[in-house]
Amino acid sequence: MAQIKIKNLRKDFGTFNAVKSSTFTIEDGEFFMLLGPSGCGKTTTLRMMAGLELPTSGEIYIDGEEVGQKPASKRDIAFVFQLFALYPHMNVGKNISYPLLSQGMPKDQVKKRVAEVAEILGISDILKRPIGGLSGGDRQRVALGRAIVREPKAFFMDEPLGALDAEFREHMSEELRALHNRMGATTVYVTHDQLEAMQMGDKIVVMNHGSVEQFGKPQEIYDWPATMFVANFLGSPSMNFLRFEGMLGTNKSSIEMNGIDFKIPTALEGAKGKLAIGIRPEHIKFSDKAQYRGKVLATEYLGTTQIVTLTTPNGDVKVRTDATGKIKTGEKIGLNFDPRTVTIFNAENGKALLSNANQGVFNRG
Amino acid sequence: MSSYSITEPSKRQKWAAGSFVIFYAVVTLMPLLWIIATGFKSPSDAIAYPPKVVFQPTLEGYVNLFTTRTRATPEMLVQAGEPKTWYDRIVRQYDMVIAGPSRYGERFLNSVIIGFGSTFFAIVLGTAAAYAFSRFRVPLKDDLLFFILSTRMMPPIAVAIPIFLMFRQLGLNDTHAGMILLYTAINLSLSVWLIHGFINEIPIEYEEAALIDGYTRFQAFYKVVLPQATTGIASTAIFCLIFAWNEYALAALLTSGTAQTAPPFIPTIIGTGGQDWPAVAAGATIFLLPVMIFTILLRKHLLRGITFGAVRK
Ligand SMILES: Nc1ncnc2c1ncn2[C@@H]1O[C@H](COP(=O)(O)OP(=O)(O)OP(=O)(O)O)[C@@H](O)[C@H]1O
Ligand SMILES: [Mg+2]
Repeated sequence: MAQIKIKNLRKDFGTFNAVKSSTFTIEDGEFFMLLGPSGCGKTTTLRMMAGLELPTSGEIYIDGEEVGQKPASKRDIAFVFQLFALYPHMNVGKNISYPLLSQGMPKDQVKKRVAEVAEILGISDILKRPIGGLSGGDRQRVALGRAIVREPKAFFMDEPLGALDAEFREHMSEELRALHNRMGATTVYVTHDQLEAMQMGDKIVVMNHGSVEQFGKPQEIYDWPATMFVANFLGSPSMNFLRFEGMLGTNKSSIEMNGIDFKIPTALEGAKGKLAIGIRPEHIKFSDKAQYRGKVLATEYLGTTQIVTLTTPNGDVKVRTDATGKIKTGEKIGLNFDPRTVTIFNAENGKALLSNANQGVFNRG
Repeated sequence: MSSYSITEPSKRQKWAAGSFVIFYAVVTLMPLLWIIATGFKSPSDAIAYPPKVVFQPTLEGYVNLFTTRTRATPEMLVQAGEPKTWYDRIVRQYDMVIAGPSRYGERFLNSVIIGFGSTFFAIVLGTAAAYAFSRFRVPLKDDLLFFILSTRMMPPIAVAIPIFLMFRQLGLNDTHAGMILLYTAINLSLSVWLIHGFINEIPIEYEEAALIDGYTRFQAFYKVVLPQATTGIASTAIFCLIFAWNEYALAALLTSGTAQTAPPFIPTIIGTGGQDWPAVAAGATIFLLPVMIFTILLRKHLLRGITFGAVRK
């Protein structure tokens, strides 16, 4: 069990800058998600934490100790690879016992420990089987077994469910989460699936182009994104942006767009120029009284809810409403934005403007 | 109703394929079988025309291969008494006595030492180099690999004279060390390139997993990479051994006594006492055995390696 601290971590591959000065903290026992699109540097960050890649600069603390230049074998962590990397020339039991043998643990103790772990993961009956014939799920369990058998300080997992099919993924993610709750070990989990990140994580760090965009609890990040990138990456459909030229004064609690005043959380930061109102689809309500109107382009039925796409003077907007309401294509509808949930962005640099609603969530170093 | 399956060939197809394989096997094995048969013929049967397919087998060829004989006068024969062993008896038919062992045993042993020795070094050095090229950031990696391959871009015999002069200068002429060095050097480019390819195929995650599990890099290499590379290493070893074992020209030029290998020696058997084809054939037959055994032993390994790969993906 350990706290992990990343400070100004940077990685260059030749002239290519894969990770730019990342800083975040993973508390002891947390299930921590590293989330971001493909190529944003998640794997590179994780590999530096594990000791499989040397940082170009910056520090990594595991349990208070700086380990940046320490070899992987000395960090007392376990790594689950995307394709599991089970040793193909050993059977299931050997694979799981392999990390213990390196520590010189006596044979009978190893056997006992492997049996315990196999019991936890429900793979006691396949210990003698070769790796070759295992199903994806069983491989996953064996890989987990190899990771937990040593009781390391932390688990690092690089898209461990990526190789499984969709249906089984859901099942395994529940199993993983249950395992974490039972063991309580610090876990760092890499994924590019925002839904997976929000479902499983205690905390999420969102990365883009090698830099940390935001980190915090899933709901905080979802409700109060720090950047337009985060707002767009989380949620499906993602946050709506109504773009316009305008200005926002400090301490104002309304903003003018297309001559209409919108109530917003009190601004703690002013801006002028290209702005955007950010609002989640579920926070827009249809209202005949509303001044701001949109024309229905399409509806998408999802069972209990439906997604209505409208075109407005400030771009397309998606609204999530009850599936019971009848909405016709081409209809003009008034839109009401829930003022407590609005985030104003500076559309120039994509950063959210500080308000009294999101100030508690932001940690801008 | 007849059913058609892609996986199961029809009876006629099987029959055709079977006959073709047998025909091909007969064509390729014919010369080999003829050599083996000739080894068991008497000298007159060996050169009989039309060629004899059915003959009285004799070990004469093998006795002649392993011994030197002298023609004996009648008095000497009386003095020697009755032949004591089966090979004495064979030699007596021609009024000869065995004078001593021939040099074939030594030459054969030289071939074993030099062939297997150079294969061993080519594989050990080749594996180490290939692993480094595959896993470490080696400066000028591509250029170095190309340079290594370029040593094979002309036939080794083209540089036989410089090598001969160098060897003479270094005192390596007609020594085991010299021949092992030479064959290792020639085989090394092949082994580096082949094994490099095989190691590249092994995902690096296996080693990383082992490193995280607390093993040193050498342990990871030894316990995780090597077992998975055996297929490639075994086939490379076969290629290296076959080259070193069969090499004739350089051996003929650089060895004459102590370190002479079997290939340049076998033709010299003809010269001693007429054209002794059965002895030559016997020498060739025995010469074939080690490579055949080596290949058969490693072939089991190859097959196992191949099925491994099939399951993994
Ligand atoms: N060894 C390397 N040499 C050069 N560039 C590299 C190396 N490893 C990674 N990169 C580059 O660094 C960037 C980040 O890679 P990384 O693997 O960390 O991305 P990722 O976020 O894990 O993406 P994915 O979701 O596709 O796995 C990529 O553009 C990648 O091409
Ligand atoms: Mg990755």
